[in-house]
Amino acid sequence: MRKSLLALAAGLLLAGSVSAASAADKLKVGFVYLGPIGDLGWTYQHDLGRQALVKELGDKIETTYLENVPEGPDSERAIEQLVRAGNKLIFTTSFGYMDPTLKVAKKYPNVHFEHATGYKRNPNMSTYSAKWYQGRYIQGLIAAKMSKSGVLGYIGSFPIPEVVSGINATILAAQTINPNIKVKIIWANTWFDPGKEADAAKALIDQGADVIMQHTDSPAAMQIASERGKLAFGQDSEMIQFGPKAQLTSIINSWGPYYIERVKAELAGTWKSEDTWGGLDSRMFAMAPYTNMPDDVKKMAEDAQAAITAGKLHPFKCPIVGQDGKPVECKGGGHLDDGQILSMNFYVKGIDDKLPGK
Amino acid sequence: MELVEAIILAVLAASTPLLIAATGELVAERSGVLNLGVEGMMIVGAACGFAGAWLTGSILIGALFGIVAGTLMSLVFALMALGLAVNQVATGLALTILGVGLSGLIGAGFVGERITPAVPLAIPGLTNVPLIGRVLFGENGFVYFSIALIVAVWWFLYRTRAGLILRACGDNHVSAHALGYPVLRIRTLAVMFGGACAGLAGAYLPLAYTPFFIPGMTAGRGWIALALVVFSSWRPARLVIGAYLFGAVTILQLHAQGWGVGIPSQFMSALPYLATVIVLVLLSRARTGGSTAPAALGTVFVPDR
Repeated sequence: MRKSLLALAAGLLLAGSVSAASAADKLKVGFVYLGPIGDLGWTYQHDLGRQALVKELGDKIETTYLENVPEGPDSERAIEQLVRAGNKLIFTTSFGYMDPTLKVAKKYPNVHFEHATGYKRNPNMSTYSAKWYQGRYIQGLIAAKMSKSGVLGYIGSFPIPEVVSGINATILAAQTINPNIKVKIIWANTWFDPGKEADAAKALIDQGADVIMQHTDSPAAMQIASERGKLAFGQDSEMIQFGPKAQLTSIINSWGPYYIERVKAELAGTWKSEDTWGGLDSRMFAMAPYTNMPDDVKKMAEDAQAAITAGKLHPFKCPIVGQDGKPVECKGGGHLDDGQILSMNFYVKGIDDKLPGK
Repeated sequence: MELVEAIILAVLAASTPLLIAATGELVAERSGVLNLGVEGMMIVGAACGFAGAWLTGSILIGALFGIVAGTLMSLVFALMALGLAVNQVATGLALTILGVGLSGLIGAGFVGERITPAVPLAIPGLTNVPLIGRVLFGENGFVYFSIALIVAVWWFLYRTRAGLILRACGDNHVSAHALGYPVLRIRTLAVMFGGACAGLAGAYLPLAYTPFFIPGMTAGRGWIALALVVFSSWRPARLVIGAYLFGAVTILQLHAQGWGVGIPSQFMSALPYLATVIVLVLLSRARTGGSTAPAALGTVFVPDR
């Protein structure tokens, strides 16, 4: 934080030294990051998006980012600081910035805001996120094929809908291959703590899981799976260097195209508040190459990916049966609708565990 | 049986960095200095430790890099808090902020690189003994060193004259000064020892625990080490209990979740903190009550010349 503030201060000094006219010509775009840009996960991917943006529109815009900004009320100051520094479009890239972003947005109606993974909007505040459950479904298919013990290990961060829908999509897919598949779930209650994520992966493997999946941010679980000769899926980023013989695939977030599109709209004066939920079809994320699996499994994964991309396969196809044995109401015509997925707070049948807080 | 062994191994692995960092801080605090910069010294130790091991291919040199880095960080603290008599709490907090930024800078070039982690001991015939073999004879060097370290610190503090003088500085620096002991020099050495330990504890993370470097990878362990010192009421034996208890509950709650015990995971995650507080409170109640904190802890000392 301190480092980035210094960078910001230095940036302001620089901006002050160039002629006022050229500084005024360029659109200023700000980013607020949760972690360090070197986290090789969530924040890293957002910064790759920012870099793609600079590459594409660098002559028309100027970007600033603040890294290591904690979620919650504290982030309000960071966001406001970007406003005061003259940024006209500000991306706040974590769920916990939702209320602070909204608060600042209401205070500065002439500045446009984009909040990742939240659900609160304003005439000058958009939201954007990705349908990661689609990738999780493909991972579930692969996991069920590759698991010898029939036990999958899943490291969760927090029991929020995004994570819960990922677990459900995984198990629904796995059940189509092996109806008796089991999943062991450990909540780390943190997004980022490499040591704890490694401990969780060890516990899952020691309890018999042979395919590890994670919804936390560091490559620790991948590294443990690799060390123990098990298989694993990466998260947010390419993690194959931490498990050359372990990584099956990884969900790789790709924010660049979206950032470019939104900044172009801002430059053209056509920006308006929207809710974007992109999937495989809109390339909001991509699947890393399918590795460490036989060709037939790879083909199955590629076929599933193609079917989901084409809209022929929906991971939450009805009927969906909840843990209580009752079918879930089908609001989306043949599958659950977006609202149901975005607010998912139940486990599907076949998960032995209890959802925390239920 | 295998599972029990796996759990004990995981507990030792999780507890070791806490034990090492807390041992160093205990010595510093016993001399009367409250250094809240443990987290900052640890993370710089992690970055430099990884850099050292990656550049030379040697875990031992990596560990030495971590120790030196932690010591240098503690010298910054000593210069401010002891040399210039700046408020210790503020200096310590600043040291943590500095360390987090500095480690990101040092480690930036190493993110995504891998090293071969510390190799566990292997003694044919002994390491293979079921249940206790790997626990006693199959750990990496850091684990054995951490135990030797805390025993040595206990012996130093309670069985040597130098240890007695160090404790005297922590309890009443004016008297120690009047008796002719160089309070500031003793405190500087104690702070440096604390820095060396924090640096080593930080280096343990990328060298033995998760063999890669990522900014922020200490994830608050320095603060837990600080808390353990307070909870141990500044006694080495209780520090060992606290560190292993904390590690044990951390690992067991993960296993309990895997088994599907129907307790909310949020509560389970809070359990290590709760358990450690409760046990150490009970321990201090059982003996003679009252505060055991070094009487001069955190107070500035300016010798009159």
